[in-house]
Amino acid sequence: MTDCKPEELLIASIADMLTGLRHVAVGNSSPIPGAAALLTRARSKGELRVSLLGSRKHTAFTDGGKELFDCAAEGRIDAFFLGGGQIDGEANINLVGIGDYPQTKVRFPGSFGSAYLYFLIPRVILFREEHTDRVLVPKVDFISAPGTSPANVYRPGGPHALVTGRCIFDFDKAAKRFTLRSVHPGHTVQEIRENTGFDFDEPAKVPETPTPDAGTLALIRGRIGEEIAETYPAFAARVFAAA
Amino acid sequence: MAFTSHDIEQIAARIPDGAKIALPPDYSGCAMAVIRALIRRGAKNLHIVGVPSVGLQGDMLIGAGCVATLETAAVTMGELGIAPRFINAAKQGSIKLLDGTCPAIHAGLQAAEKGIPYMPLRGLLGSDLLEHREDWKRGENPFGEDDPLVLIPAIKPDVALFHVAKADRKGNAWIGVRRELMLMAHAAKQTFITAEEIVDEDLLADEIVAAGTIPGLYVTAVAEAKQGAWPVGLGGRYAPDAAHIAHYYEQARSDDGFQRYLADHVHAPKAAE
Repeated sequence: MTDCKPEELLIASIADMLTGLRHVAVGNSSPIPGAAALLTRARSKGELRVSLLGSRKHTAFTDGGKELFDCAAEGRIDAFFLGGGQIDGEANINLVGIGDYPQTKVRFPGSFGSAYLYFLIPRVILFREEHTDRVLVPKVDFISAPGTSPANVYRPGGPHALVTGRCIFDFDKAAKRFTLRSVHPGHTVQEIRENTGFDFDEPAKVPETPTPDAGTLALIRGRIGEEIAETYPAFAARVFAAA
Repeated sequence: MAFTSHDIEQIAARIPDGAKIALPPDYSGCAMAVIRALIRRGAKNLHIVGVPSVGLQGDMLIGAGCVATLETAAVTMGELGIAPRFINAAKQGSIKLLDGTCPAIHAGLQAAEKGIPYMPLRGLLGSDLLEHREDWKRGENPFGEDDPLVLIPAIKPDVALFHVAKADRKGNAWIGVRRELMLMAHAAKQTFITAEEIVDEDLLADEIVAAGTIPGLYVTAVAEAKQGAWPVGLGGRYAPDAAHIAHYYEQARSDDGFQRYLADHVHAPKAAE
């Protein structure tokens, strides 16, 4: 598979992590996770519900902005996605800024629902396309939401994996460490070490991230491209227009 | 009737300087015409509550110097990226930031609508948000053992301001599934609404319509504003004006550009309104 775009690889890789789930929600500014959830839904023959924030067509919610959070608290959402201006090796995420708060020298949009959903949704997939030591840091400057919590804190949820433009990591909650799961085609373990600000574990032989098959690619470029365009027109135009 | 006799300038005049004002995100219903009128009248020291985040409304009010305090889970311009005037103000330290998280804002408003002092909330423990929010407290589940929680005080806005597709002459306002607007109206002391159209029919008469309608009971005043959410969209009616928002985004990246934008699109013509 030579003509698979990086975005398509990420969509397919994330979609594979959602197979068999009942309800996946997708937050703001998340076109690739949104497309991935819609792809899994398309393959699930109606088994998977997707609630895409900002969409009118692809959402199961009718009770306003609070419903996502109430739904999560009741265990009715199986997977969600969070990003971060910074993500560290213990899976702490920073959506606020770099430098001393509140007058940070770099400011990000804000924490959104992360400080809550990270605790409550079982399978939170961290996603950040940019994989540099600017983003993946030893320690975040501001913890919007912590990767792990003490035993007495109510926390059925937490980080499941970290997907970047170069690779996929799994997260071990007990060890509080990431382990390299696979490297995307065209990238190397050495390059990932050089561009990752935190230490991580790796297996003796690191597999390559599988590329989507022709049927999956056709589905992404057809139906999924159309569905995601409702909420993310600029993304859809950029990635799928020339496909 | 009194409810619907207002125009947008009159609504802006009734939102006092220093008011705590609840605003919805760009994908809900934004009363952009009133936001421009607030800037024209030189509103000062507003305390914005994003329910739970704000977009263009927040960025414009901040850039125009109308805001003293920003309480929100985020400021976002959607696919374009980070709101430029907000970023500038945060770096300069020119506004007070009360960084929050979406469910904490909903919980605070829910406490207000119930008339109770606080709501307990899951999550948040171990977040630096909690360290910086002096108004949030750690608590314990009184029905459990060693089960820490965070207590969020009621958020009672002086004003809720938003835009809807349709209102009637009794101040009933149809919101469909945008129930955060209902929550805002329940929690706020005063609610000002702009509507694409003001209709003669009673929106509470038909149960199907009534189910998605804020009763006039909670509404202070309604003004008709065609394309009142422009340049952001209004679900079911019109899409965002992506070209104009991109133009704003480019202009707002510099102080001069932002002032030019205000001159061209806020101060100069009454045409837009």
